[in-house]
Amino acid sequence: MATVGRAALLIALLICAYGVIAAVYGALTGRREWVESARRSVYALAIALTVAFGILELAFLRSDFSFAVVAGHSSTSTPTFYKASAMWSSQEGSLLLWVWLLSLWSSLVVFLTRRRMREVVPWATAVLLGYGAFFTALLVFAVSPFDTLAQPPADGAGLNPLLRHPAMMIHPPMLYSGYTLFAIPFAFAVGALIAKRVDAEWIRSTRRFALGAWLVLGIGIILGARWSYNELGWGGYWAWDAVENASLMPWLTGTAFIHSVMIQEKRGMLKIWNVSLVLATGILCVLGTFLVRSGILDSIHAFGASTLGVPFVALIAGMSLGSIALVVWRRGLLRSEHRLDSLLSREAVFLLNNLVLVAMCFVVFWGTFFPLISEAVTGEETSVGPPWFSRYTVPLALILVLLSGIGPLIAWRRATATNLRRTFAIPVACGVVAFLALLFVPGVPQKPLALAMFALGAFVAGTVGQEIWRGTRARRAMTGEPLPLAVTSLVRRNRRRYGGYLVHLGIVVLFVGVAASSTFQTASDHRMSPGDTVRVDGYDVRYVRATAEVGNDPSGTGAMLSLGAVLDVSKDGRHVTTLRPARSFYPSNSTASGPVEWLVAGEPTSEVAVRSGPLKDFWTAVNPDMTRFQEVIDQGDKAVAADIPEMQQPMVAFRLLRDVIAPNYVENPPPAMFRMISSPLVAWIWIGSLIAIGGGLIALWPAPDAARRRATATLRARVAQDLGRA
Amino acid sequence: MDPARKRRFRLVAALTAALVLAGGLVYTSFSAGSPAKTPSELLASAEPGGSYKLTGKVVEGSIRHEGDTLLFSVRDRDGTTSVPVSYTGSVPDPFREGREIIVTVSRGAGDTFVAEKDSLVTKCPSKFEAEDDAASDMS
Amino acid sequence: MDALALLAIFALLLVVAWVVVTPLRRGAASQAAAREEADRQDLEAARDAKYREIRDAELDRETGKLSEEDWRALDRQLRAEAVEILRRLDELE
Repeated sequence: MATVGRAALLIALLICAYGVIAAVYGALTGRREWVESARRSVYALAIALTVAFGILELAFLRSDFSFAVVAGHSSTSTPTFYKASAMWSSQEGSLLLWVWLLSLWSSLVVFLTRRRMREVVPWATAVLLGYGAFFTALLVFAVSPFDTLAQPPADGAGLNPLLRHPAMMIHPPMLYSGYTLFAIPFAFAVGALIAKRVDAEWIRSTRRFALGAWLVLGIGIILGARWSYNELGWGGYWAWDAVENASLMPWLTGTAFIHSVMIQEKRGMLKIWNVSLVLATGILCVLGTFLVRSGILDSIHAFGASTLGVPFVALIAGMSLGSIALVVWRRGLLRSEHRLDSLLSREAVFLLNNLVLVAMCFVVFWGTFFPLISEAVTGEETSVGPPWFSRYTVPLALILVLLSGIGPLIAWRRATATNLRRTFAIPVACGVVAFLALLFVPGVPQKPLALAMFALGAFVAGTVGQEIWRGTRARRAMTGEPLPLAVTSLVRRNRRRYGGYLVHLGIVVLFVGVAASSTFQTASDHRMSPGDTVRVDGYDVRYVRATAEVGNDPSGTGAMLSLGAVLDVSKDGRHVTTLRPARSFYPSNSTASGPVEWLVAGEPTSEVAVRSGPLKDFWTAVNPDMTRFQEVIDQGDKAVAADIPEMQQPMVAFRLLRDVIAPNYVENPPPAMFRMISSPLVAWIWIGSLIAIGGGLIALWPAPDAARRRATATLRARVAQDLGRA
Repeated sequence: MDPARKRRFRLVAALTAALVLAGGLVYTSFSAGSPAKTPSELLASAEPGGSYKLTGKVVEGSIRHEGDTLLFSVRDRDGTTSVPVSYTGSVPDPFREGREIIVTVSRGAGDTFVAEKDSLVTKCPSKFEAEDDAASDMS
Repeated sequence: MDALALLAIFALLLVVAWVVVTPLRRGAASQAAAREEADRQDLEAARDAKYREIRDAELDRETGKLSEEDWRALDRQLRAEAVEILRRLDELE
């Protein structure tokens, strides 16, 4: 089967090469049949890559250890659910996933534009297939997923237990989908520049793709944050780690583009800016992909030093230089048609929003690459930490939130100044009321930035609420619909606007959650033995007893041993919750361990216990002191190795662990370190992101054809009157 | 002022503001960062009061708990020069002997180094390195 | 390499070749039509965008951001721009 996989990848590479040549030839000579063939090459690529992907995935599910990748990343003891996702925990598998997703989205796009943009599509196809050629070449010549082992091992290394979490199954595919989806606007921008078609049709299609990519990338980022919070033992959701930043940067420029392209749509302005944003976003996505798999920046994610650094740098350099050259070459085409009518217009607010977003992206970029920059400048590698990032991104985020509240209250082109007071009255009042009310909450006035975020959040909520209310009222005046129907039809007929408002609301709720949980967090570490009680943020936490589970992993990740604690949390004498944090131990993949040690020497993970509430999250993780436990294991190793014949050692070791060592831990537990974090409003981070995702879907949803035709017809009739008069 | 001059003025003002802010950012980043040092570099050039990002591998057999503090030594990746570190705060899951870590430290009494709370980062072992690490752990 | 694998590879090659080569056998299609079609699509997109602008302006008035006077002026201007686009569309045909 591996040979079929290898052949499929080689075929894929050949398809890409052919497709690029056919597309360019068809574009230059105007022979449509070659362009058609190139388009169909995209479909063929998807077919070939699906075959390769299917073979590899099947190998993982069947635990076929003759595949080197399977042996290195999965095992018979890995639960089935995680066997499937183990494929993309490997370098090769993740590259295959990336290019497979690229082929799928490219096929979709090529299908959707089969009758449109006939001059741009050939070049865009060439770019997309060029991407495909790069990645399949890597898979064929550098890191093949189909390398086989002459002597397949009896069992594999197993999936890194840190990755055994449902979010980790979806996080890479989501993130990669976001990255590959942004390749499409990039390809269409290149195509439009070459074909000299940077026009209304280009705007319409590109904005759609960019919005979809933005949504998917955003979901990927949030999933990563959630995984970090629920699975890792440090209790945070964002660390300004290089790889996190790498996914945030294209998302920021993508957000800027979605807004500024509307200015181009209405006024024919900012053409160079928009094209540059799209190209930059595409480049940043490849940069993000590169950062994860090279070792150039110290990060907990880094896959370790790899051989792929040089090809990626070449690709990024090529894309950057090519983009600059293209924009300079076509600068005549990108001249602005109009100027801003007035500073008091939504266009102006969008422009400011763009500046803030690009500034944020610059800050993140600078901080992320600072180790390399400082090394180049001063010869010494220096890095900046989260406090530095927060110092600059927080004020920028505050400005962004302010703008997202102002924007909806100002009309396009030129707002009526005299109406401003009436329009701003209620939202500003909301903000002021929130500000004054929070002044009385203990601890809040001392944190002006958080207070500002809360007040601005109320302001934005007021804006969105007022907009929905006023729009509904106007609609009811016209049609007399009952309230719920009026709201839904208002949103349905103005998806872009109201979907956007909802996204703003969601993002602001998210920021409020971030502000509250990071500013007012109480985190502490405690060394406790059973019976001890500590006080954390008004809660009394009592260590009731220790637990030890062998072979029966309550979290479903296939852990061999789980040492935990039962914590009783109460407040003012009333029982609040019972938390069961644990530390899970997995079998090791090394043969150098003793028989008992082998069962538990793999990567340990923390099973975090969180109680989430609308107002507060109480988060705990436990780290048992292993010194005494290690001694007991060593004793067990010696005993088993000495007295038991080799064949029976695993079974005896297991029984020893289960019947003697584990119960001994429960009866006689050593003190354990507990990390306890009480943070307010964490749940609102996830709720806010759900609201934003909902808003994005609404904005993205195409209007049903019938409704669109009706709307066009009424307008056409009205405009036709003028046409007749003209 | 006619509209064209007003517009140009606005553009210049905006660009100047951007440059000033960017300049401020760049300038402060050089003073706000902690230089990365290996144990041998640290012993040679660490100044008291300065904070450094110590990178290296955890020395086998050096991990001890003293109350709430974690004590361990860090050595050069390919070498034996090592530096003792005393650390408080959260310990990442992959932390163990032989692993590559990054921790922010400043010079304590004599040749000991005190770590900044919660600053310990353990590199996720590359899937292909995991086997070697495990072998070295158990010896 | 066993026979089954060989067969699978051959089948894949056949499918891929068929998908890719079919249009080439169908023959040439007109080139000039592409430019006109692109122009028309562009104008249609511009027209739809202009219609959306007109509706947005109405909504801005209904939600109190534009006064009646300002709206009337804007609506007139936008409709004039729409007329221009429709005229150019007509010219194409």
